[in-house]
Order: sequence, then structure tokens, then C-alpha cells
Amino acid sequence: MTKSVLLVGVGGQGTILASKLLTIGLMQEGYDVKMSEIHGMSQRGGSVSSQVRYGEQVYSPVIEKGSADLLVSFEKMEALRWLEYLKKDGAVVVNDHEMMPMPVIMGQAEYAPDIIDEIRRNCANVKVVSATAEAMKLGNGKVMNIILLGSLVRSMGLENIDWEKIIRDNVKPAFADANVEAFRVGKSLV
Amino acid sequence: MKKLMTGNEAIVQGAWEAGVMVASAYPGTPSTEVLENMTAHKEVYSEWAPNEKVAVEAAIGASVAGVRSMASMKHVGLNVAADPLFTFAYTGVNAGMVLLTADEPGMYSSQNEQDNRNYAKAAKIPMLEPSTSQEAKDFMKEAFDISEKFDVPVLVRMTTRVCHSKGIVECGSRSESGKKPYVKNAQKYVMVPAFARKRRVEVEKRMALLEEFAEKTPMNRIEDNGSRTGVIACGMAYCFAKEVFGDDVNYLKMGFTNPLPSKLMTEFLQGVDKCYVIEENDPFIEEKVKMLGFSEKCFGKNTFPAYDELTADVIRKAVFGSEFETIDYDKSKVVPRPPALCAGCPHRGLFFELGKRKNVMVTGDIGCYTLAQGAPYNSIDTTICMGASFSTGHGAQKAFDLKGEDMRVVGVLGDSTFFHTGINSLTECLYNNSRTVSIILDNRITGMTGHQENPGSGRHADLSEANIIDIETVCRALGCKNIRTINPNDLKAVKDALDWALSLDEPAVIITKYPCVLKKFSEHDKKAFPDAYKSKSVVDSEKCIGCKACLKCGCPALYLDRETGKAAIDSLQCVGCGVCEQICPKQAIGKEAR
Repeated sequence: MTKSVLLVGVGGQGTILASKLLTIGLMQEGYDVKMSEIHGMSQRGGSVSSQVRYGEQVYSPVIEKGSADLLVSFEKMEALRWLEYLKKDGAVVVNDHEMMPMPVIMGQAEYAPDIIDEIRRNCANVKVVSATAEAMKLGNGKVMNIILLGSLVRSMGLENIDWEKIIRDNVKPAFADANVEAFRVGKSLV
Repeated sequence: MKKLMTGNEAIVQGAWEAGVMVASAYPGTPSTEVLENMTAHKEVYSEWAPNEKVAVEAAIGASVAGVRSMASMKHVGLNVAADPLFTFAYTGVNAGMVLLTADEPGMYSSQNEQDNRNYAKAAKIPMLEPSTSQEAKDFMKEAFDISEKFDVPVLVRMTTRVCHSKGIVECGSRSESGKKPYVKNAQKYVMVPAFARKRRVEVEKRMALLEEFAEKTPMNRIEDNGSRTGVIACGMAYCFAKEVFGDDVNYLKMGFTNPLPSKLMTEFLQGVDKCYVIEENDPFIEEKVKMLGFSEKCFGKNTFPAYDELTADVIRKAVFGSEFETIDYDKSKVVPRPPALCAGCPHRGLFFELGKRKNVMVTGDIGCYTLAQGAPYNSIDTTICMGASFSTGHGAQKAFDLKGEDMRVVGVLGDSTFFHTGINSLTECLYNNSRTVSIILDNRITGMTGHQENPGSGRHADLSEANIIDIETVCRALGCKNIRTINPNDLKAVKDALDWALSLDEPAVIITKYPCVLKKFSEHDKKAFPDAYKSKSVVDSEKCIGCKACLKCGCPALYLDRETGKAAIDSLQCVGCGVCEQICPKQAIGKEAR
């Protein structure tokens, strides 16, 4: 049975690295894996997504609306934007962090204060993770993405894969310890 | 050995295994990573060319001289490179030559959705369309063999979703078979009319041989699942179709799509009662199906859209009238998040000032500055193609002048775009004495595509040191008398330069010179811009009166704090460019170390 994990956020938040590590682990575990991402114009500041699908044999790298098993959102508003891609009984992991879109900055729109409530009203399995705040506590706001990877791994029941080795093999040595620590924190938050 | 690779990485692996020795490209989403990844292979000479035409010509030269070569580009790049391609199709190759086009169904980062398969048909060259990363690698090797076997350049057509999706690829080792002796042969390579007429006949003979090849190659295959319904699909659309239909239909999977195999298609179509032709963009295969006399059982563009990607949900809806059930929620709470100029982007200062000007038309170009078309700048009037800003601006200025209208035209383009085709456009303005203002936004790198070196950046594709072609010197050499180079983060300098240029009745050039905020600085940059991005700005909430003037510069790091009603700055994003500091009427924004 093919599983679909959708990672969403704002360009520059590190969704691509998190999904890259995820796919490496899944491949080592023997799954067929496909991943799709769109980059280019939305490199910074736009809404971005990385789509990961794994199973015995995967055809399409793209997740259809209403079919993701897990939605991991690096930013609150993005979770709501992509919620229609989630299965009816799918799960959400959302970083409790706001980044203002340009229409809000310009005063043309409001960033609703009850985004999490709106998700909870319509979805039974929602985990809110303070990944940005936890990353700041670790002294490096950028490891937020690896905290969320930890939460993702736990949520999908993939803890048996040696993620810490995969992290060490794929990030710069100077940041390896910080990222491993972030991964552990992320697992403990869900 | 198995590796997880994007389609672009797999293209590189395939070309490398095939013994490619020269790779040239101009960056363009979604093709950029091909050349970027090629630089890791030291056996291959890899380069950024100033534009796609030049890249193809360099690859042609390498092929004729006797090494396997390739050029890669986004779909619109092939418009620029079409001139050499159409004639190279006549001469044919010496060592194999492959041209990679990356099309963009869905236009994620492009100005149009043209289907470059039409180029293969028009130029009369063979074309391969991979569906997966594994095929991208395998087809690339096939492409070089076909190129040499049939004496012809080969087009490999990728799409965004094939380029940027990852799949598992079985990797092999490199073959060094790609070298051929060079033999002077004017009848083959000098396309004067007398020789071209002879080659023209060869082109038709070759197409007939290629169609025979298309009938037999495993790149085109029938998957018989015992159904009376057929699906003909190619590229990523095949993967999407498999996702929807599984093993419930028969497939004709097309990997070699020019020329198309009439016999194989006829055999497949005769075996089914109805056939869906699932291909993104134009009805390229569908037209052949209809020519073969199967119009009645063919469901193509009458069923599926001719635009955007044909993802599984699109196919599902078109064929079965339904999609998966989705969660219902209040979508009015979702605020759009259009891409924006980064915090600290050196284009901000220019567009903040330019957006204020009345009776000014701004002709834009292809690059990050396209983002200045949106709020708060609303500063761009046209975006057409690479290098078009100065020349469309020139035509517009002449039109306003002829009509006697009080309008001035300002063209904007970036440093890489200037070298691409902007030099030609500026030449048009200078030669024909246009009173346009041509602004070159020199951020010392090719920005939008993710930081590729260019002739002005001081480094080659492999980051080795390069001769800097200085933009101001080039403009002066073209004969421009009025040139100013300014720091765009200095709003007064920007305003003064615009006032000065618009006061002239002859061509003027303004160069805004400051490195992209995301650029990894070269040694040269460190010396030239020692203070860049070393600080961050902070709001003194005692002084801030909540007037929101600073928000008008459109910086994503600035926002109005919901609780205090005063301006605030996201310290994770801010790099201290200082533009907001200059706008604040109360001097409430200051600097601190980053």
C-alpha cells in the first residue's frame, strides 16, 4: 500500500532537506520511493511543497487531493492551505509558527488568529509542535526542519530506520550534532 | 549501484556513462541542475554559456570536432537556440550530440507553456521522452547512440515533474567510446545552398530509417493487460495514467516520440475499442492517431485539458467524473502567499523609488525583478522574454513620441539577462537613439534560478576564477555616453539617478550594483562589498508611531505587531539592507550587529 507524506512550508524553511533525508531512509529500508518538489520562482517567500510517496511500487510522484496520509507543515497558514490534500482520516503535524504573507504585510488581508482551531475543527489527528521555538532553544533556528523530520518519523511509525546515521551522512559535519539533537527533540514532541 | 536521483541528476548520470565530454547550458528552471551537477564530473568540460544559442553552438562545435557533447536549457531557451539547431539537423553530427529541453506544463516558473515536441517535428530530428529518473538515465545513453547511428542531433524532452522528481536509479560506469577523429568535410558541414540541398535529401532518408527504429525500440512498448480499453501515454503523463488505471487497461507507452511508429500504433489501436491519448500540452501523438484513421475511438484533447499537468486527479476527473473526497474547511482564512523579493534584496530600493514615478512605463524582463510587478511596487508594465526589456522599451518610447504623449520608458533587466540577449537590446536603443532609461540590476549572480555564475560574476560554472566582463565598460564600448553606477540600497542615490536619467533627451544607463542577499560571496565580492549583510535592523518601539510607512517597501521581514500596533522586524530574515530605515519618518529603525 503506497503511503503519501506531504511536507509544506515557505520557501527557505528547509522542506527540501527534510524530505531528502526522509527519502534516503525509506530507500535504505527497501521501499520504492518517489519524491516531487517544485522550485524556481518560489525559492524564497512563496508557498512550497515536497511530496514523498513510498511503498512496494510507486507510479506517480505527485500526491492527489484527499490522499495524503500525513501533512507536515512548517508554518501554520501553509497547513490550512494544503489541508485539502489530506485524506479524510489523515494526520497533521504543524509547526506553531507564523510567517506573514505579503498581502498581510500590506494590510490587504488578515492572518486569522484561529488557524490551528480551524484545522482541529475539521481533522481529528492534529499535533501542534513548537519546532521553531525548540530550534531557537537549541541555539540554531535553522534546525527547525530536522525537528519536524523527527516528529514526522514518529508519526509515520518509521523509528526503526537509523535516521541519526542518515543525518550524519548527509549534513555538513559542523552541523551534524545539532541536527541529531534536533531530530531527537522532534521525536519527543509528538 | 542504486541511487535516489532527480530526473536532472539522472540525465547527468546517463550522459556521463555515455562518455559525454562537453556540456554547455544557460540556466533556466527546470533544467538548471543538469549543468550544475555535471560540474562534479571532472572528465567533462562543463560551462555556463551566456545564452542557449551559444550553448548549442558550442556543443555543435565539440560534436563536429569529435567528442560527445550536450546542451541543456528550459523550453523557451530552445527558441533562442532554434537557429543553429535547424541547420545542424541537416549537417548531422560527428560524435553524438544531445539537446535537452525542459518543458513546463503548469508554468511553475515560466512565461509560457510551449510544447517543444513541435521543435523535433519541425527540425526533423529524433526525440525521446523519459517518464522516470531511471528512464532519464537510460534514454540519455540511448540518445547518444542514436545520434551517432543516424548521424543526427537528438532532442530529449523532459518536463518539470520529470526533472524535479526523485526515483531510484541503477547506476553504471563510464564508457570512453565517445571520441571520433575529425575529418574536414565541407559537403557535410558547410551549409551553402548547393551542399544544403544535398543534405536536405539525407534528412528525409534519415527520417524514414528513424521511423523503422521507432517501431522496434523497447522505448515504445505495448503493455497488454487483456483490456478493450487502451491508453497511449508518454513522459510523466504515463506515470499519472498508471496511478489512475493500474493494470485495468492496455498501454502503449511511448518513449521515442519523433518520428512516431505508424505500424506499432496501428497494431495497438486495432486491439482496443476505445483509446485515451494522455499527453501533456499539445495533441502531438493524438494527431498521428487521427491521421492513422482512428479518430472515432480516440479520446484526447476532447477529454483532457491541453494545458497544465495531467496529474492523476485531473485524469480521474476527466475519465470518471470524480476525485477523492477531501476535508472541508473555511478556505477564506487562507491568505495567498505569492513569491516576493527577499528580505534584503538589492532590487527593493530601485523598485520602491521607481514605483512612485508618474507617466513612466516600465518594461520588464525575466528574473527576480519580475516580482516587482506585484504590490507594493506595481512597477512593471511588460514581461515578454529574455532581453526584451530594453528593446520593447525602445519601441514603446518611439510610439509615445510619435503620438505626442508625455510618457517616458524605463527598461529593467539583470546582469545575467544583460549578457544573455540584453546587450543586443541595448545596442538597439543606442544605435537608434532612444531616449529610454535602461537599468541593469547587477546583483553579481544569476539569481532566480538559484545562483549560477555568469560572464560578469568572476567565476566559471566549476567556481574557478574567471575574467570579469565589466558591464559599465561594455555599455561605454557600445557608445553610451550617460552611465551611472549606484548602490540600490541608497534611496537618495536611486532617486537622484532616476531624476538625472529622465532629464536627458538621449539614451541613459543606470547600473545598480550590489550582490544578491542569498549569494555565497566570492573573494572578489568580499573585497568589493565588505559591509554587505553584516547587520540587522531593529525597531525602536518608543519612537515608532505605527504609521506603516516602512511596510510600503514590501519587505517580508517587516510586519505590524498585532498587539502593539507598531512595526516589527523578523530578526531571522532581516539582513540590515537599511531601506526601511531610510523610509521611516521618525528615524525609529536602527541597526545592530547580526
